[in-house]
Amino acid sequence: MDTILFLAHTEEDGTLGKPALEALGAAVELNQTLSGTLVAALYGAKVQPAADTIASCGASRFLAVAGEDFASARYATDAAACEALLRAAQATIVLTAATSRSSRVMAGVTHRVGGCVDTHVSAIAADSGSVTLTRWFYRQRIEASLTRTQRPWVLLLDPGAHAAWQGQDASGPITLELITVPVTESMKRTAVRGTITPPADQQTIRPDAKLLFVAGAGWTKKQKDGQTHVPEAETLIVDFLHKSKASLGSSKSLVELTGENQSALRFMSHLNQVGQTGATPRHPKGLSTCCHGEEPHTVGWRFIGERRAINLDPNCGWARGKADVLYVADAFEVMSKVNALLGP
Amino acid sequence: MPNPYHVVVCASVVPDPLQTLEPITGPSGPALKNEMMLPAILDPWASHALYEGANLVKHIAGSKLWLVSMAPKAKLQQVMMTVAQKVPLQLVAVDGPSSGFADAHQTAHALAAAIRGIAGIDLSRLLLFGGWESASRSAGVTLQLLGEELGIVDQFQGVDAITPQEDGSFEVLERVEGARHQVSLCAGPPAVLGWATGNLGEPRNDPQVGMANMRTIMPALQRATVAAISADGLQYSNVATPKQQRQTRIVKDLPAEDIARDIVQWITQE
Repeated sequence: MDTILFLAHTEEDGTLGKPALEALGAAVELNQTLSGTLVAALYGAKVQPAADTIASCGASRFLAVAGEDFASARYATDAAACEALLRAAQATIVLTAATSRSSRVMAGVTHRVGGCVDTHVSAIAADSGSVTLTRWFYRQRIEASLTRTQRPWVLLLDPGAHAAWQGQDASGPITLELITVPVTESMKRTAVRGTITPPADQQTIRPDAKLLFVAGAGWTKKQKDGQTHVPEAETLIVDFLHKSKASLGSSKSLVELTGENQSALRFMSHLNQVGQTGATPRHPKGLSTCCHGEEPHTVGWRFIGERRAINLDPNCGWARGKADVLYVADAFEVMSKVNALLGP
Repeated sequence: MPNPYHVVVCASVVPDPLQTLEPITGPSGPALKNEMMLPAILDPWASHALYEGANLVKHIAGSKLWLVSMAPKAKLQQVMMTVAQKVPLQLVAVDGPSSGFADAHQTAHALAAAIRGIAGIDLSRLLLFGGWESASRSAGVTLQLLGEELGIVDQFQGVDAITPQEDGSFEVLERVEGARHQVSLCAGPPAVLGWATGNLGEPRNDPQVGMANMRTIMPALQRATVAAISADGLQYSNVATPKQQRQTRIVKDLPAEDIARDIVQWITQE
């Protein structure tokens, strides 16, 4: 019989983030299908609030590694905590969310416990006791299902790939099995000093936005009057993002113009890039403007639901079955009107 | 100035992103149709790691840079013709699969053996660089596994900057959720850094650098050790390209006002 371990780090306030609850949803579902044993394991500075939140998930044990040494997302201490939790749970299958924190350590942890790991899991299925996962290869260009015989098998579920677990909080504090993990000086060679957050008015990446707005290099090219209009493009895009609350993406060519100090959009960085060497965000809708829509860029759109595009070229890549609607029009004109319609 | 680094960049080769990929079933599992014929490039994120590593070595006297690459030897030779012109490097070649379907655990094991075998390397000075994900397996696990094999417990992923400090420590910026960077200070090497895009552009081709590199690259290719990667309990059941071809509605000759109205209606509806 399989032992399914749900493993998660807590947030600063001791609660669980949405990706963790999604992984828990998948773990509960898998456990029901396999008629296995579910174990929950948490690590972080504070863990009790998270444990109380998931008290009714059906876990037979609640394990935890807690303390200030485990507050920061640091490889050495996180790996030690996860290793101790995996060993204590004696799990055959481990499910965790593919957050930046867990993605940093889980492969290393797997190596320590002699298991195997698969990341960016988009679906998990079980049939007759056999577990099959689905993930993408070649940057979202080939999808494959696979299974492994080696255990423990650690699976990192991509955020947005499963519905979040919903249940009732505990009526009282849940009893945690606290595991002590010695933290040596050599594990503190790295000190996490904090995070750098873009100023609020420059925060253009919004993972929970309903719309992804992608700007391509066309915004910085010469327009029909023979001149570039980069400041006007900046105003139009920023105004649209402000009014629509959309998340901003970019083509590779546009962010590289910024890096080469050519005339480009000042708020654009590699963090905005979608596609082959960028992000593959999940949003219900996406609007592309002045992008070619060729394959390396389109892979970044793999998980965008409804897709529309504005481009002057009716033969651009988007017209070849990649977008639902292609508007053959001047993006400057259209977005100006869109902003006016969206109001102040 | 900080003590010198021994920078090892791990990078494989991947099909040129402009190529259409078609999966087939080969004798040892899934593969790409005409895989050996597809034009290849050095893995994009690992390329950024190479440029950042070369920049670091250039600015810190006594530092060295090795490029450790596992790929079919013929394919690696082809890609090196271009890569060799970018930055000064010493190649350590491993003749093995570069397929995205090859198992990461065994790949890491083969790379660890290659790194341990580098003459003159000081593993206590090691900065192990690579892309935070490849453009083939896209898993982001090989560097971590490799780091563990080499006993390195200071690891960073999604790195965009490394700044050496006077005392030998270095500051690292890692990408985390919400378009933020986590700032860490590491006491010094050894460390693993899986790079995102960094801050450097692609260097221009320099034929002189290329000629100097090729003097050592060709012998390195001839010396390449062969790594056999088996499936080892990994079984693929379905490998396919996505079929969701969309019926694109092309809207032409419509005034900008009408298009704007259509877009606003679309983005505001639930």
